This record gives sequence, C-alpha cells and structure tokens, in this order.
Amino acid sequence: MTTWPILSVTTFLPAVGAVLIYVMARGSDEAANRTARWIALWTTIVTLAVSLILVARFDPTDTGFQFVEQATWLATGIRYHMGVDGISLPFVILTTALMPLCIIASWKSITRRVPAYMMAFLLLETLMTGTFSALDLLLFYVFFEGGLIPMFLIIGIWGGPRRVYATFKFFLYTLLGSVLMLLAIMALYWNAGTTDIPTLMRTSVPYNLQMWAWLAFFASFAVKMPMWPVHTWLPDAHVEAPTAGSVILAAILLKMGGYGFLRFSLPMFPLASHDFAPLVFVLSAVAIVYTSLVALMQEDMKKLIAYSSVAHMGFVTMGIFAGTMQGVHGGVFQMVSHGIVSGALFLCVGVVYDRMHTREIASYGGLVNRMPLYAMVFLVFTMANVGLPGTSGFVGEFLALIGTFKVNIPTAVAATLGVILSAAYALWLYRKIVFGALVKPSLATIKDLTFREGLTLAPLVVLTILFGVYPKPVLDFSAASVQNLVNNYASATAAIKAAALP
Amino acid sequence: MIEAIVFLPLIGAILAALIALVGAHGRNPSGDSVDHHDDHGHAHAAAAHDEHGHGDAHGHDDHHVSEPPAAGSRAAELITTAFLIASAVLSWVTLVDVGFMHHDARIALFSWISSGDLQVGWSLRVDTLTAVMLVVVTTVSSLVHFYSIGYMDEDPNRPRFFGYLSLFTFAMLMLVTSDNLVQLFFGWEGVGLASYLLIGFWYQKPSANAAAIKAFVVNRVGDFGFSLGIFAVFMLIGSTDFDTIFNAAPGLAGTKVHFLAWDVNALTLICLLLFMGAMGKSAQFLLHTWLPDAMEGPTPVSALIHAATMVTAGVFMVARLSPLFELAPDAQAFVMFIGATTAIFAATVGLVQNDIKRIVAYSTCSQLGYMFVAMGAGAYTVGMFHLFTHAFFKALLFLGSGSVIYAMHHEQDIRNMGGLKDRIPYTYFVMVIGTLALTGFPLTAGYFSKDAIIESAYVSHNPFAYYGFLMTVVAAGLTSFYSWRLIFKTFHGRPHDQAHYKAAHESPIWMLIPIGILAAGSILAGFPFKELFTGHGVEEFFRESVKMHPHILEEMHHIPKAIAYLPTAMMILGFAVAWLFYIRRPDVPVQLAREHPMLYQFLLNKWYFDELYEVIFVRPAKWLGRFLWKKGDGFVIDGFGPDGVSAGVLDVTRNVVRLQTGYLYHYAFAMLMGVAGLITWFMFSGGR
Repeated sequence: MTTWPILSVTTFLPAVGAVLIYVMARGSDEAANRTARWIALWTTIVTLAVSLILVARFDPTDTGFQFVEQATWLATGIRYHMGVDGISLPFVILTTALMPLCIIASWKSITRRVPAYMMAFLLLETLMTGTFSALDLLLFYVFFEGGLIPMFLIIGIWGGPRRVYATFKFFLYTLLGSVLMLLAIMALYWNAGTTDIPTLMRTSVPYNLQMWAWLAFFASFAVKMPMWPVHTWLPDAHVEAPTAGSVILAAILLKMGGYGFLRFSLPMFPLASHDFAPLVFVLSAVAIVYTSLVALMQEDMKKLIAYSSVAHMGFVTMGIFAGTMQGVHGGVFQMVSHGIVSGALFLCVGVVYDRMHTREIASYGGLVNRMPLYAMVFLVFTMANVGLPGTSGFVGEFLALIGTFKVNIPTAVAATLGVILSAAYALWLYRKIVFGALVKPSLATIKDLTFREGLTLAPLVVLTILFGVYPKPVLDFSAASVQNLVNNYASATAAIKAAALP
Repeated sequence: MIEAIVFLPLIGAILAALIALVGAHGRNPSGDSVDHHDDHGHAHAAAAHDEHGHGDAHGHDDHHVSEPPAAGSRAAELITTAFLIASAVLSWVTLVDVGFMHHDARIALFSWISSGDLQVGWSLRVDTLTAVMLVVVTTVSSLVHFYSIGYMDEDPNRPRFFGYLSLFTFAMLMLVTSDNLVQLFFGWEGVGLASYLLIGFWYQKPSANAAAIKAFVVNRVGDFGFSLGIFAVFMLIGSTDFDTIFNAAPGLAGTKVHFLAWDVNALTLICLLLFMGAMGKSAQFLLHTWLPDAMEGPTPVSALIHAATMVTAGVFMVARLSPLFELAPDAQAFVMFIGATTAIFAATVGLVQNDIKRIVAYSTCSQLGYMFVAMGAGAYTVGMFHLFTHAFFKALLFLGSGSVIYAMHHEQDIRNMGGLKDRIPYTYFVMVIGTLALTGFPLTAGYFSKDAIIESAYVSHNPFAYYGFLMTVVAAGLTSFYSWRLIFKTFHGRPHDQAHYKAAHESPIWMLIPIGILAAGSILAGFPFKELFTGHGVEEFFRESVKMHPHILEEMHHIPKAIAYLPTAMMILGFAVAWLFYIRRPDVPVQLAREHPMLYQFLLNKWYFDELYEVIFVRPAKWLGRFLWKKGDGFVIDGFGPDGVSAGVLDVTRNVVRLQTGYLYHYAFAMLMGVAGLITWFMFSGGR
C-alpha cells in the first residue's frame, strides 16, 4: 500500500528538526532564537501534513494494524515494529495537530534558551508519536518513559518559582510506576518469548501472571492518567509548567495512561481487568466527585483546570473498564475531546498570564469589558468543559456514562454527580475572571487577543463545536477497532463467567 | 418549511453574534502588552456603573450607560426580528397543516452520535404537540424581539442581546422538534445556556452573575436526573428514539431494576428520573429557587424564557413522554403531588412580595404547578392548553410590567408606585386584561384552561387527586388576590413617589404593539381552541402525539355544577379581599403583617429555601472541597506519598536549596542511563 515508511517519518521528523536547530541555531542571541522558532514551526507543520496522509489512507473498516513497519532491532523477539489502528491513530493526529499550536503559543512568552526549548518540544513530539505507534512492548517503553525527560526539562527549566518541587514530585510518582511496569514487561517476555504487541495480544497469559502484570501496568498508567489518589503531582506540575508545557501535559501525556489501558490492560489481561474493574470504578467515581469538589475551592486558575482534568479522566477510566462498546468508545472520544478542550483552556490561561504574570483568580475580573473576543473563546471552552451538548465535551462524557450505566449503576450515578459539580466550578471560574465590572487598576489597560493568539485558539474552537455537533469522523475512525477490542474482551470474560458457573 | 422555522433563528443568532463580535473587537484593541498609564475615562465608566449595581439590594433593570451603542445595532435588531417573524408565520401555517390536515413530518438531518447499538441522529419531528409548541415559541419570541427593540433602546450591547435571544429560540425549537431523548437534552441544555447568558446579560452586576450561575447549576441538578433517565432508557430498551421507546414500553411493565439499594419498577424509575429534569427546568417545588432570582435579567427575557417558553419545557417533556407516564401510575402520583404543592407554595409566597417582577415570577411558578397537576391526572392536552394560554397572558404580564418599569425609570418596587393608571392608561388596560386571564375571569383564555385543570384533578384516579384538586382551588383564590394586589398597588391609590410619578410616560410604540397583540391573544387563545384541547376535538387534533388517560375528558364533562363554579367563586373572593385590603382599607394588610410577624417573614423569605440550601448543600460542599484539598491531598496523600518519601530519603529543607536547575540534568541523565541499561540487558541476556 505505502511505498515509504510514512509512520516512521511522522515519528522521527520532529527529531530531525531538533537536530537542525542544534546545528543551525547556535548561540543565544536573538537571531538564533528566531531561527529556532521558525525551524520548530515548520517542522511541526510538515509533520502535521505528513500525519494527515495517514488519515487519508487509513481504512476505518480494518480492525488490524495499518502502516505496519518492521525491522530487526535488538533480538529476534524484540523488533522495531510500528503501526496504528483506529484507537491509536486519533492520538497520533492529536499530537501532531497540537504541536504547531504549542510552538506558536511559546513564540513570545519564552525568551530564555529558546533553541533548547524548541528542541525539547520537538523531541517530545517524536517520543509521544512513537508511544502511540509502537507495536513492540520494549519500543513502547522506551518512547513512553523517554517522553518524561523532555517534559521534565521543560517544567524544570522554563517553569515557575516552585518548579523544582513540582518536577521532583512528578519524577517520584512516575518513577515508581515505570519501575513496576518494566518488571511486568520482563515477565511477559519470559512468558511469551517476545515483546511483539500483536503477538502478545493473541497469547494467553496465565491468570496469576495476568493479575500481577495488570497491577504493575496499572501502577504506571494510573499515575499517568492520573487517577485518584496518585493525582497530586498533576496540579503542581501544571502550575509550574510554561503554557505550552501545560497544554502538552494535559492534552497528550495524560492520554498515554488511557491509551495504555486500551492497548495492554484490556486485551492482554482481560481476566484481571474484569476482576479489577470494580476497583477502577471506585477510584474513578471517587476521582470525579473528589477532585470536582476540590476544584471548587481553588484560587489558582491552572490548579482549578488541573483538578478538573483529573475529574474528566475519571470518566475515561470508568468508560474503558466498563468494557462496553459505548463505554470504551466514549473513553476514546473523551480523551480526544479533553485533549482539545483542556489544551485550549490552558492556552486561555496563558493568554492572560502573559499579560498580567499571575494565575491567581482573585487578580482578575471583568475582562469581558476589554477583551470581548477572549471572553467568547473562553466561554466556548468553559461550556465544553462543563459538557454542554453541542460541544465535544458532551459526546465523550455521555458515551462513557451510558456505557457504564449498563454495567454498574452506582458508579454511573456517582459519576453523573460530576455533571453538577463541573458546572459549579467552571462557571464560577468564568464569572470571577471574565464577568463583573473591570475595577482593578492593573487590568485597566489590558488588551484583547492578538492575531497570533487567535491563530492558536481558532482551530480549537472550530474543532470543539464541530466534534460536538458531528463527532462522526472521530467515532467512525475508531469504531471498528473498539468493537474488535470489546468483542475480544467480552469473549475472554465470558469464558471465565461460564467456568464459574457449576 | 420546518427547517426554515428551526434554522432561521440560528442564522439570525450567528449574524447578530458576528455583528456583536466585530463591533466589540473594533472598540477594544488587541495587544499582548499592558501599558501602565491609566486610561481614566474607562476606569471611571466602569466604577460608576458598579456603584449603581450596588445601589439597591433588589437590583433594578438598570442600564444607564454612557457608552455609545454598538455598531450595527439596528441591523442586528432588524435581522433577528425579521427572521423570527418569518419563523412565526411559518409555524402557524404548520399548525394548520399538521393539526387539521394531518401532515405530520419527520425529517432526518444527519447522524450525531453513533456507537455500536446506540444510534442518535439529528432530526426534526413535527406532530400536533410539537406544532402547538412551535406556535407558542415563535409567536412569543417574535413579539419579544419586537418589544426589545424599544425596551433595550438605551443599551449599548444590543447586537449581543438579540443574538442571545435568537440563540435561545433556536435551542428551544430544537428541543420541541426532537425525535429522541438526546436531542431533547441538547435543546434542554441549549436553552439553559441561553438563559444563563441572558440572566447574566448585565454582567457588571454581581447579583445578575450570581443569579445566572444559580439558574444553571440548579438546572443541572435536574439534568442529573434527566441524564440518568436517558441512561436507564437505553439500558432497558436499547434506543433513545421516541417511537422505539413507546413501542417497547408496554413490554417493560412489571420489570424490576436494581437501582442503588432498591428494586424498583423500571418504568416508574425512568419516569421519575426524567421528571427530575422537568422539575429543574420548570422550577417546581424543591428546584424552584433559581426562577425568582432569574428576574435579574432584562424584562423581555423574563417574558420569553422564564414565563412563556423555557420553563414550560418540563411540561412539554411529560406530554411528549405521555406513553411512558401512562404506564407508570406511581410516577404520575408524584407528578401531581409536586405540581399541586408548587401551585400552592408559590402562590403563598407571591402574596407578600414587593418586586413587581418577582410577583409575576412566583405566579409563573404556581401556574406551572397547575400544568403538572393536569399531567399527573393524565389529561395531557389540558395541561398543554394551559401552557398555550398561559404563554400569552404571562408574557403579557411580564411585558406589561416591563412597560411599567420603563415608565418608572427602572423602579421595580410596587410600594413606590401607585396611581399610574392615569399616566400610562394603555399599559394599565393591557395589564388588567392579563390579570383577568390569569385569574380565570369568565371567557378569557385562562378561564377555560385553568378550570379544565381543576376539573381534571377532581376526576382523576390519582392517589393525590383530592390533594391536587384542593390545592389548585385554594391557589386560584390566592392567584386572584396577589394579581389584583399588584394591579391595585401599581395603578390605583395615591402615587408614592411623586418624582417618578410625574415623569412616568407611556412606552414607545415598539413596546405597545406587542403587548396589544398579546392582550388580544389572552382573550382569543381560549374559546376558539377549547374544543381542540379539552373537548371532542382532541382525538382528531392531537391523534398519536399524546396518549391521554382514557375517559378523563369524558368524565370532566360530567362533574357536579358546584365543583365547576368553585374556581370562579375563589377568583371573586380573591378579588374582593384584594379590593378590601388595597383600595378600601389599606391599613388592614399592614396590621395583619404586624400581628403575624412569623408568618409574614416566613412568606416574605420564600419559606427560607435559599437559606436552607445554603446550609445543607452549598456550605458543606465548600467545606468538603477545602477539607479534601488541604487535608486529603495536602496532608494524607502528599504527606505519606511524595513529600513523606522525599523527606525520608533526603533532608528536603537542606537539599532543595541545592536542587538548582543544573541538577535537573542529573535526573534526566539518570533516567537516560536507566533506559540504556535496560536495552543493554535485553541485548545480552534476552536475545536467546
């Protein structure tokens, strides 16, 4: 079908851009900064264009992996194996689509060590795309953990005043998870003699190993999601990260956990997933209610949005482990939608942060009087965050909830409470920042969105509303793969249910 | 044609929004730098406005703004109004076409959410029930658009206002034309959004912002139930399309569902959950608290959204789902109980309020209770009849109140009015017509519909039938009292505020025409439609669109004469007492209030619901949020998690100082080393 390794090109093109920056943008003068910015922008745009070829050539009816590439790597069982299906491709596109926006958003706000910053972002893009398209467990692990390093640097170097604490916390949490996952990967390798993901999906894993491996993977993915109670690194990381770092963190990095559940936990350890589903339900429901309540009391804009992210990710885990078509489909869609909406919300925070250099909610108020465009854009994303029908936020939440209700009513009821709470905190935030009279002298001369800021937000506004009214492109993309996943999961668990009966 | 009715308002809304945005952007420059010399002109305008907002605890319809009107205001007004009038004309044509010619329509637009067996589409369904709603919505909306051209003439943000109004109309039309529960929910939340934006239209007023949020959040409480209802329907029936649901529903009779800790009848559960949504939207008892506060919005908004259309969405929903409710008698009992309780509760509160708009708001709440009584009785068309007539006379009362407020320069307290009938005779005249219709004066529209509801409660087989009957009869007397109290205190007696009285003037023609039309409607909407909604024409007119309780209409025609005259007697009694209290002996009510301070305060403070909810929901939620944040996240999780670990591993206080940026590279390097080590290990040992 394809004559050139299109997936690998998508993955490694940003890394080439990073090398280019290293070579061409030496020094720390303004000229070097400008070169670095332009190279980064063009690299991400070209990468997006290449990734769109994937979309054009993708066959949504095929449940298998497409654009598969294989090469020998470390050993016979450990190969360089790439490919995407309907579950991973949306995340690849999400990554490549958000990247140019992040570069534009950092255009003026980053003035220190610009070439290094741009290189970190480009490397991050390679690693993230690689995570979503790796079909070898070890390859996945390298991308998955490697992605932490640039993020770690982005927060630690270009972050806010408490960046050291934040990175430290981030590091501790993720380290714990990744060590356990690594052990599980080794165990799986000993079991099957390969780390090839499609092969592992077909290999049955003994019940005992399933339980342990599930828990080990869970430790890593739950931290990434993040699920309650291992979520406390997220608000701190967000608060300290630069705007574009927050965008990537919320929009892409959090999705790796959900993607991991879909790619590994459910297909490889169906029995364990089935047995542990109640645990996930409880944690998800607690996360939704707990973090929504906490969000209600925040005084920092970014923290509020970070806590609301945790709540929204609760819908994802709940939907995935419901194991129903609507639940899993809703989980996938919710992740895509949250990628757009939360990314946009962090961009919105960045807009006012760049002007006032504070994230404190109390320092704002009445922005609508001087920033009508900003008020409109922020309203769209606030409503999407609330899950208003007609925005993409609704579709994912609705599917995840309706899919869970069939399986576990109490969880769905508790999660639906989040619908009330999300309205309370999101509208409260909007009111405190945008509405009211503009009386603070510091805000008296604040100005509306610039063309550059409009450029970053406009595509996200369009996508939020488009996917709210017509989510079919995303849903159809993943429908066949999700159906396949759900069917396999159902047949695996049906066997154990049948065996349990006398 | 149907598409034109629904989408013309949307196009109008988009055009008005573009005009508003372009204009606003033109006035407010772009830029990402903040210059720090103060722009005094702007700061002054903002501060002056804010002071005014604080001036009165109740907050008036105030829009004395020195700002110039937005560019393109007139264009936005004319575009949206013209589109709405076109839509209204087409709606009346549709009503005739569907109701009498029986040309029901079903238009599938495109797919919305499709996932496995869940298939939800965008579609427009028009049967008689919908056609009636189309007429109500577009007629009132076009009149309100027209009226607003006059009422809002001093406001600088008119394009935005008209955009919101048209957006609301579009969402409401999507709601009434939906063919499945999810699209219904879309319209439901869409009107909620528009209501939020319009209540908070004067965003510089803190009270308006608070009211807007309250409206949205309280409605969300109802929507919590509504969503669960949709989920339950899908779980049990596997579809959200109305026809599929109605066909499958009889098969569910007797099915039990294990919901939380209880085993409940499936249909009862579904109906109760969905009804919870209706309670929120229609401001029924327990979820009513947002409606009086919503009066913070401009008066035309109150007329359109909080009287004639949006708040009746709950009634419409129950009528639309009548095939389900007919199979769930327990749910019907609950509907009637809530309806009757709301009718009497809101009427008692309305007795003592002093803000002209709040009186009308409580009256709306009470009348919605009447409609639900009819729904509980299984007399769906009777409830729809009251919805239809109520839309005219309540919109009239609100717009008439708006005219009074306009004449009095944004004074809303009826204690400061009085004697206005000589200054604004036209407004007085239409307000009296509205009041006659509301109180059920013979041959006005309200007379036919309200008496029919009371009769339906009397003959219904609901366990709460007697309660419903009694409450609605008593409420009829109270309605008459508070309505005439409003008229007497506003228009009769001596003026209480000479300055305002002298300056009072009749409103511009833009406002007088719509209230004249509504006054005509308040009389004409009754008799000509009586047979279609409550008589022998029901079967022929509504056909499959609602499923009535069998025989109820028949039994209504055979009730004792004494019962039939009871509401009229109550109406006269209420009028007489009001006349005695406010014309003949104005000292009596003052005396009564002094002698029963407890009761008076209880009613004046709306049964203390706001205070109660503050104590049992709002404060605990805030406390819990803070507790979980500081103690849960901060002390327990971080304390035993990362902070505790790091404290154990190294002495943080000493080392954090040394953890300069440079050290981060060490961490990064350590991680890289780990990955490299891992790969090496695999290469040499795992390769077999």
